[in-house]
Amino acid sequence: MDITLQDIRKTFGRVIACDRVTLAVPGGTIQGLLGENGAGKSTLMKILSGFLRPDSGEIRLDGTPVIFRHPADAVRTGVGMLHQDPLDYPTLTVLENFMSGRPERFFPSRSAATRRLRELAGTFGFAIDPRACLDTLTVGERQQLEILRLLSLDVRVLILDEPTTGISAAQKAQLFETLRRLAVEGRTVLFVSHKLEEVESLCHRVAVLRSGALAGAQVPPYTTAELVALMFGRPIVFPQREPAAPGRPVLELRALSAMDDRLRLAPLDFDLRAGEVVGLAGLTGSGQRLLLRTCAGLVRPVAGTVRVNGRDLTGQVYPSCRRHGVVFVPTARLEEGLIGDMNLSEHLLLVQPPRRLFIDRPRALEAAEERIRDFAIRGSPDSLMRELSGGNQQRALLSLLAPPLALILIEEPTRGLDLESAAAVWTRLRAHCRAGAAILFLSSDLDEIRAHSDRIVVFFCGRSSPPLDPSRTDREELGRLIGGKGWDREAAG
Amino acid sequence: MIRARVLCQQAGRQAGGVILALLAASGLLLLAGASPVEVFRQIGLGAFGSVTRLADVLVVWGPLALVTAGLLVTFAAGLWNIGIEGQIVMGAIGVTGSLRLLQDAPLPAWAVLSVALAAGMMAGAAWAMLSGLLKTVGGVNEIFGGLGLNFIASALILWLIFGPWKRPGIGSMSGTEPFPDSLWLPALAGTRLSFWSVALGLAAVGAVALLLSRTVLGLRLKAVGRNFRAAYLLGVPAWRHLLLAFGLCGALAGVAGFVQVTAVYHRLIPSISSGYGFLGLMVALIIRCRAAWVAPVAVFFAAITIGGIQLPIALQLDSSLSGVLQGLLVLGVLFSDGLRHRAAARP
Ligand SMILES: Nc1ncnc2c1ncn2[C@@H]1O[C@H](COP(=O)(O)OP(=O)(O)OP(=O)(O)O)[C@@H](O)[C@H]1O
Ligand SMILES: [Mg+2]
Repeated sequence: MDITLQDIRKTFGRVIACDRVTLAVPGGTIQGLLGENGAGKSTLMKILSGFLRPDSGEIRLDGTPVIFRHPADAVRTGVGMLHQDPLDYPTLTVLENFMSGRPERFFPSRSAATRRLRELAGTFGFAIDPRACLDTLTVGERQQLEILRLLSLDVRVLILDEPTTGISAAQKAQLFETLRRLAVEGRTVLFVSHKLEEVESLCHRVAVLRSGALAGAQVPPYTTAELVALMFGRPIVFPQREPAAPGRPVLELRALSAMDDRLRLAPLDFDLRAGEVVGLAGLTGSGQRLLLRTCAGLVRPVAGTVRVNGRDLTGQVYPSCRRHGVVFVPTARLEEGLIGDMNLSEHLLLVQPPRRLFIDRPRALEAAEERIRDFAIRGSPDSLMRELSGGNQQRALLSLLAPPLALILIEEPTRGLDLESAAAVWTRLRAHCRAGAAILFLSSDLDEIRAHSDRIVVFFCGRSSPPLDPSRTDREELGRLIGGKGWDREAAG
Repeated sequence: MIRARVLCQQAGRQAGGVILALLAASGLLLLAGASPVEVFRQIGLGAFGSVTRLADVLVVWGPLALVTAGLLVTFAAGLWNIGIEGQIVMGAIGVTGSLRLLQDAPLPAWAVLSVALAAGMMAGAAWAMLSGLLKTVGGVNEIFGGLGLNFIASALILWLIFGPWKRPGIGSMSGTEPFPDSLWLPALAGTRLSFWSVALGLAAVGAVALLLSRTVLGLRLKAVGRNFRAAYLLGVPAWRHLLLAFGLCGALAGVAGFVQVTAVYHRLIPSISSGYGFLGLMVALIIRCRAAWVAPVAVFFAAITIGGIQLPIALQLDSSLSGVLQGLLVLGVLFSDGLRHRAAARP
């Protein structure tokens, strides 16, 4: 289907999210959309999928102007969107989510839907149990499910807003394969991402948004430097990783084992030293997340001990771990990380230990201004968290980490961040390390793990590898371990 | 100035709902063969027609404001404290129990009353925290926990009135033996209204307004109410705050029980809560956490309650009509709120 967005404009109060954007995408094209955090990508895509209504401008599909009153209108017309932060029903099961949003008979067939889901999941190598309750899934898995759902709806225009933040390299290759096939069939794909190499390898053409306006477009062959210049309007410097000078042990795990309803963590011995960054790699649901949550006191270990700075915290709940300098930063920003209906200055008041009875508004405002400056957050002290763009929410979340910290446990630290912000986040995290904190993080982005870890631990089905040195382990070997190959040799050695 | 303007805007927005409710009520009245205008006039007269009546309205207003103020705290923390009725009852039981213990002791009346007030607050708070513990420890939703505890509280009060605390001779629905009038909260001459009841109500509303808008604790309660999980991960001891919200609300319900026992009935009666718990829930629903509205809206509801008493005498209509009217008001306001939200959310 041919899409034309004509002079689309959308404002939120004083913020101009889309400023007269005109973009034409012929059918059968994979159109990339780039832009820094807050550039207006999600807003533009939400307008195309009927989720928001533009202030002015026109959407034409195959030349006919359309007005969507409702996302369901758009789905009926054949436009489906995967949202950056999952918009699903956490209390329902995977299957029920999969079946939602389709024009069905009064008694939909669960068995047919199950079969369809299994089949689709099989082609991508997604391991999703149809009977599981959605809130036991990771954000990445929820995105996977949503992709499958949209594919099963047979949409003719598929909008993917950062679909690759929670899937492995192999799954990504499979997804791209499918997208290419869909394009060959004449469908249109709009692909939003911050990862330039993805866009460059997948997209037939790329448009770049900056501050709500179209900054430029490119067709292959792409030049990365030019795309970066279009996105940011200025050159970006990437900080070099200085090797850590590890200090005394901060986190000591001894024969630690934990369990959730999906897997059991094999007993793990591990030391993390001050100033060190250790990345946990593996397919989602292989145990990395469980380990982080166990160290944070959010999951009770079934065996073994957790010591932080020499103090035994085994079985302590999160608030007491937090008192001893352990913080946990979750992936699901608006569900677990931030309070959507509160603003940054209120969040800053929340994370401080309550020293005074009354709120000192001027001081809170000042503190928020300072964070906004330091972390380059686009927004004001009183913008509500849910009004910030995804990347800015992540910056806000990180700006809440206040020293002194002993141990930072962080899931997907740069999920949804643009290049510059991702670099900025790691500069920040490194600063915490220099101040004596240790970082344990998980990421589904192997490049991020390789770039920022002093040591890497790979997880597979609850088992963990010995710590690996990133400079002496190449990408392929990591990939093999993640995929479950070579573990017997590993266990022997 | 700006505050006043915001209040006016809010009032304007609610006016639609009120008009809707009045229209619906008028329709019902016409069906029942009564003249709506006459009914509303009678309710107005019944509530504000004389000083005594006005005083009666304020007699209702005191405990209603106390209860509503408490409910704002639990609402802020995202809790449906349906157990509020039971908390008033338990407060009243605590007050009665301590008064019975101390009424013959050689203590000045103010001391006895202060002890009774503290006992009522503690009893109400304890009963509310039980709802909280059921929720935090056992995962029992506070709505179900509260309902169950309400039943237990009303069984307990009946047992006390007909059993251990019955009047010499025979226990009856008319309650326990009245306390000596030295233990009554002083009433304004010629009325049933005690200055203390209004003062306690005002103080509670003021304190809760301050708590929710200006204090760090209030902010934390709101955070817990809006996103429990995130608040917990941001370092707010969320479970403890839930219990605290229950405790504060229960304590205020206990004060309402204290007012009912010492200023209104001067003894314990089976219907000591007068349904103010549920009435308070309605008020809190309408004003939606905007503390500045507690006082006026509670006056309005109290006026309908008192004005409705007039109806059987003047128009041969049942006084339960005032309940219908209050219910319609809540529905009207919520409905128009809902409509507005839908309109705003439309893409
Ligand atoms: N509901 C809203 N209310 C107010 N402002 C909003 C709302 N949604 C988006 N904005 C603002 O509009 C701008 C564009 O946001 P948008 O989410 O489209 O950015 P984005 O390009 O998707 O960024 P990211 O890469 O971080 O996801 C931002 O400045 C954001 O703060
Ligand atoms: Mg976005």
